[in-house]
Amino acid sequence: MSKSGTILYLDGVSRSFDGFKAINNLSLVLDKGEMRAIIGPNGAGKTTMMDIITGKTKPDTGEVFYDGQIDLTRHDEAEIAMMGIGRKFQKPTVFESHTVEDNIVLSLKGPRSIFPALFHKRSAGEQRRIEEIFSTIRLGDKRHDLAANLSHGQKQWLEIGMLLAQDPKLLLVDEPVAGMTDAETEETARLLKEISKTHSVIVVEHDMHFVRELGVKVTCLHEGSVLSEGTLDFVSADERVVEVYLGR
Amino acid sequence: MISGKFFVAGADRRIAITILILVAVAILVPVLNIAFPPDSALHVPSYMVALIGKYLCYALLALSLDLVWGYCGILSLGHGAFFALGGYAMGMYLMRQIGDRGVYGNPILPDFMVFLNWKELPWFWYGFDQFWFAALMVMLVPGLLAFCFGWLAFRSRVTGVYLSIITQAMTYALLLAFFRNDMGFGGNNGLTDFKDILGFNVQANTTRSALFAASALALALGVFVTWRIIGSKYGKLLMAVRDAESRTRFLGWRAENVKLFAFTVSAVMAGIAGALYVPQVGIINPGEFDPANSIEVVVWTAVGGRATIVGPIIGALLVNAGKSWFTGVLPEFWLFALGGLFVFVTLFLPKGVVGMYDQWKAGRGHRLKAAATGDAPPLAPVSPAVESARAEKGWQVPSGGPEPAAAE
Amino acid sequence: MRRNAAFTFALAILSLLAILVSPASADEATLRPVVAKFATVKNFSQTEAVVRELAATGDPAVGKPLTALSEGDLYFRKSDAAVFIGKESGQTVKLADPLTAVDAGEAAKAEVTKVKVNNSLRRVIRDVLGTLTLGAADPAARLAAAQTMFKAPDANSIEALDVAILDEHIASVKLQLEQARASAVLVSDLPASEKLAAITVLEARGGRDALSLLTAVQARADGAVKDAATAAIDRINSSLALWGAAQNVWYGISLGSVLLLAAIGLAITFGVMGVINMAHGEMVMLGAYTTYVVQEVIRTSAPGLFDWSLAIALPLAFLVAAAVGFAIERGIIRFLYGRPLETLLATWGVSLILQQAVRTIFGPTNREVGNPSWMSGAFELGQLSITWNRLWILVFALAVFFALLFVMKRTPWGLQMRAVTASRRMAASMGIRTPWVDALTFALGSGIAGIAGVALSQIDNVSPNLGQGYIIDSFMVVVFGGVGNLWGTLVGALSLGILNKFLEPYAGAVLGKILVLVLIILFIQKRPRGLFALKGRAVEA
Repeated sequence: MSKSGTILYLDGVSRSFDGFKAINNLSLVLDKGEMRAIIGPNGAGKTTMMDIITGKTKPDTGEVFYDGQIDLTRHDEAEIAMMGIGRKFQKPTVFESHTVEDNIVLSLKGPRSIFPALFHKRSAGEQRRIEEIFSTIRLGDKRHDLAANLSHGQKQWLEIGMLLAQDPKLLLVDEPVAGMTDAETEETARLLKEISKTHSVIVVEHDMHFVRELGVKVTCLHEGSVLSEGTLDFVSADERVVEVYLGR
Repeated sequence: MISGKFFVAGADRRIAITILILVAVAILVPVLNIAFPPDSALHVPSYMVALIGKYLCYALLALSLDLVWGYCGILSLGHGAFFALGGYAMGMYLMRQIGDRGVYGNPILPDFMVFLNWKELPWFWYGFDQFWFAALMVMLVPGLLAFCFGWLAFRSRVTGVYLSIITQAMTYALLLAFFRNDMGFGGNNGLTDFKDILGFNVQANTTRSALFAASALALALGVFVTWRIIGSKYGKLLMAVRDAESRTRFLGWRAENVKLFAFTVSAVMAGIAGALYVPQVGIINPGEFDPANSIEVVVWTAVGGRATIVGPIIGALLVNAGKSWFTGVLPEFWLFALGGLFVFVTLFLPKGVVGMYDQWKAGRGHRLKAAATGDAPPLAPVSPAVESARAEKGWQVPSGGPEPAAAE
Repeated sequence: MRRNAAFTFALAILSLLAILVSPASADEATLRPVVAKFATVKNFSQTEAVVRELAATGDPAVGKPLTALSEGDLYFRKSDAAVFIGKESGQTVKLADPLTAVDAGEAAKAEVTKVKVNNSLRRVIRDVLGTLTLGAADPAARLAAAQTMFKAPDANSIEALDVAILDEHIASVKLQLEQARASAVLVSDLPASEKLAAITVLEARGGRDALSLLTAVQARADGAVKDAATAAIDRINSSLALWGAAQNVWYGISLGSVLLLAAIGLAITFGVMGVINMAHGEMVMLGAYTTYVVQEVIRTSAPGLFDWSLAIALPLAFLVAAAVGFAIERGIIRFLYGRPLETLLATWGVSLILQQAVRTIFGPTNREVGNPSWMSGAFELGQLSITWNRLWILVFALAVFFALLFVMKRTPWGLQMRAVTASRRMAASMGIRTPWVDALTFALGSGIAGIAGVALSQIDNVSPNLGQGYIIDSFMVVVFGGVGNLWGTLVGALSLGILNKFLEPYAGAVLGKILVLVLIILFIQKRPRGLFALKGRAVEA
C-alpha cells in the first residue's frame, strides 16, 4: 500500500490497556476527500482509534500517517488539531458556560497563541465566517444563549459547527446522531454529505439507517481490528459482521 | 438573549463601581486620617488605616487566586508563597535602607548577617538597595517561580487535587528553606526593624497613608487587569480550559500555555500584594509560607464567590474583619470559626456571597419580567440540572487521579 | 504486638521473683566479719591476708572496701573498731558502710584511724579486683569488665586476662576478653609478633573503639607494627563506611515505617475512595492523645499496667479516630463526592476544628507519653545501633500494612469496598449498600490513622500540631507510590524514607527534606500517577 494520496494511513496499529487489547493490528486507509463510515459493537476500539489519530493516546506499535508523510505518533493533540484534524466527541463536548457564539469564536481557525488571543479583535472576515457557520448549523437565533441550555441535538450541531470553524482537512465524527430525532438525523446526514464534498471525513455511528443515508464505504471493527470493509450491502451481508454486530 | 447581555452589562457596571470605590477610598481615607485632627468625628485613626491597608493587600492576593481558581480551575494551595516572595523582595529593599542605623551599625550588612558573622553581602542581595530593582524583583521572582513550576506541572498535565497538593508541597518546601539561617533571609526572625521606604519613615502617618493609597490603587488596577483579561478572547479560552480542557486541545489550543499565562500573571499579582503588605505590617518572616496561610486565602475567595472578581475582595475583607474581631473578643474560638467557615461555605454556599446574590437577583428579575409579560414564571434563570452541572464543573477541575466512585 | 507485651510482662514477673529470692543478705553476713578484720591488722602482710581472704569469697561486693583501701579511704572507729569508708572533709570524716556505701554519719578525725596501705598492697588489690570481676559468676559482669578493660587498656592486666580467658566458657565473653587482652598487649612491652597478632584481633573486632586504639598504636609504634596498624585502620575505615551506609538504610527504613504508618490510612481514604482528607493528620493526633489519656488513667489508677498501656490504647485509638472519621463522612464528605477540591477545603476546616478542640481540652503544650520498658533502650547489631522503639514501630507498621492488605483482598468487606470503588452504580444494583460501605471505609482509614498515632506518640511530641507535620508527607507518599495501590504506598514510604536519610548527611536535615519535596514534584511531572500507577482507558479519560 502506498501512503501517497492518502489523508490517513494506519498500519499494524496496536494498543493495550493493562493487557486488554483495545486496538489489535489495525490497518485502515482513507483517501483524500473520502468519507468513511465505521461501525462495530461496543468495545470494538472505535474510540481508541480516534484517540490514537488525534494524539490523545500513543499506540504501542504501528504506523499512523497523516497526509501521506506526517507521523502522527510524534505529535500531541494541539499540534494534530492545528495540522487540520478535527474531532467531534461521542458525548457532545461544548463549552457550556459560554454562549453558542463564543464556542464558535474559540474554534475559528487562526493563531493559537496566548497574546493574540489576549488582544484579539474580531475581523470582518471572521464575522463572515461565523455567519456562514451559523447558517450551516442553523443555530443563529441561539447565538447568545449559553451552550449549556441547548438541547442534546443542538449541542451535537454546535460541536459540528465548531469543527467546521476549525476548517480541518479531516473530520472525525463520533456518533453524530445519537439522541436525535429522525428529522434531525436526516438533516445531519445531509450536512455531513455536504461537508464531505470539501473534506475527508470519518464517521463512527451505530445507526444503520443513518449509515445507509450517507451511502459511503463502510468499515466494521471488531475486537480492535478490521472485520470487514466495503459497501454497506457487502458488509452487512458478511456472516461475521452479522454474527458479532448486526445480529440475525 | 437579553438576559445574557443584561447580565454582562451588570457585571461590567459592578466592576466600574468597584474600581471607583477603591479609587475613592485611596483618596478619602488618607485625607480623613491626615487632614482631620484625632478628636474629629471624621478622623480615621492610624491603626485603622494600617489594618484596612493590610486587608486590601489580602484582597489583592485573593483576587490573584480567583484568576487561577475561579476562571481556570487551578486550586493553588501555594499562593501564599508568591505573596511571601514578593514580600521578601520588598523586605530586602527595606533592610538595605536601614543602612548603618541597625543595632550593629554596619553600613552594608543587615543586622542578622552581622550576628551570623557574615563578612560580605550574599550575591542575591545585590541591587536591593535600589527601589526600581526591588520593585522589578517583586514581580519577577514570584512570576519566574510560577512560570517554572507551572511549566513543569501543566506540561505533564498534573491537574486537580494533584496540582493542589504539589503547590502545597512547594510552599512547604519554601517554608522549610526560609527558616534556615544560612539561606540569607534572616531565618526564623525574617526581616524587620524597617526604617525608610523611598526616603520616608515607614512609621510616619503620611507614609502609612501613602502605602494605603498604593494598596487601594493596586487593587483597583488588579480588578481592572483581571476584568480585561477575563473579557478578552483569552479569558473565554481560560474558562473553556476550566470547563473542558481536552476539548480545547482538540481545537488546537495549548491548554498548558493558557494555564501558564494565568498562573504567572496571578503570581505576579500576589507578589505585588506581598510587597505592599510588608512595609505596612513592618515584618516578613517564613511564617508567611505556612501552607495554612495559603489555604486561608482559598476560603476568602470561596466565601466571596469564585469567578466573580468582586467576590474574593469582599470575601477577604469579611473574613479578615471577622478574624480581627474574633481574635479580639474570643481568641480561643477563631480557629473553630474559621474551620466552621470552610465547612459551611463548601456545603451551603458553593458560589459564595456574590454568587448567591447574583442567583437571587437573576431569579427575581425573571419572576418580575414573567409577571409583567404574563408568562409562566421560570423558577431559575437556567434549569436547575444545568445549573448544578455547571456548579460542579466549576469546582471540579478534570481530576488527574481516579475519580471518586460517585463521579461516575 | 500483644504477644510481645505478654512476653515482657512475664519477664518483669521473673525478674521480680529473682530479686525476692536473691541471697544478697546471706553473703553480706559472711563478708562483714572479714571486713571487720581490717580494724585489727598490725602490718601490711596481715592487711594483704585480709584482702586475699575477701577476694576468695568471689563476691563482687568486696569491690567497694578494697577500692576504698587502695585509695586510702578505709577507716575504723577507735571506739568500737567498726570499719567504714570515709571521706575527709576538714576536721571531720564522712562515714559510709563499707559494703553497701550507706551513709553512716560523721566522725571527728581523731575518732577514726585510717587503714594503712602501700604500693605493693595497691598492686595486689588491683590484680585481685581485676580477676575478681573477671571471675564474677554473672557473665554480664564479666563481659562488662572485659569491655572496660578493652577501652582502658593496661599492660598489667594481661596475666589476669590470660587466666580469665582460660577459664571462660561462654564464647562471646571469651571473645571480648581476648579483645581486651589484645588492646592490653598493644600498650605493653611485649614483642612485635604478639602485637601483630593483637592488631589482627582488633581489626576483626572493628568499630570506632578499635579504630582509636589502632590510631594510637600507629602514632606510637614503628616498623612492621606500624604498617600492620595502618593497614588495619584502612580496612576498618572501609568497613565502617559500609556500616555507616547500613545505618543510614536502617534510619531510612525507620523513617519510612513512620511515613508508612502515617500514610497508610490515607492510602485507603485518598487512594481507594478518592477522598482528599486534609484532617487525616488530626486522626493521627487523636490516636496519640488517646494514648496519652490511657497512660494518664493507668498512672493514676493502675501503675502496674503501664507496660500494657499501648496494647490498651490501640483499640481505643482505632475506635476514637474511626468514630470521628465516620462522623466526618456522614456529616460532610458524603455531600461532596465527585467534588474533590471542595472535599479538600471542607476537611481542612475539620482539621482546624479538631486541632483547636484538642488545644482547648489538653492545652497547647506537648503532653508526655511514656515508653513502656520494652520499647526503651537500644541494642547493637554488628556496628548498627538499633533502638527498640524504632524496631517495634517498623514491625507494627508492616503488621498494619499486611493486615490491611488482607482485609482489602481477602474479606467480603474488602471486596465490597473494591466493588464500590470500581463501579458505584453496579455495586449498588448488586445489593451493596454503598453509602454504608463508604462510611465504613472512611472510618477504617481514619481508624488506621488513629492507631498510627499510638505508635507515633512513642517517638514524636504529642501536641495539637502533631498531625500537621505528617499530612504533607503522607500525601507525598501516596502520590509518589501511586494512588489506589497499597503496595505503592509501602514502596513509596520506604524509598522516600531512605532517600531522605541518604540526603541528610550531605545536605542537612532540612535541605534534605526540601530536596526530597523538589524531587517528588519533578517526579510527578514525569509520572503523574506515581510509581505504581493503575493503567487503563478509564484512568486516562
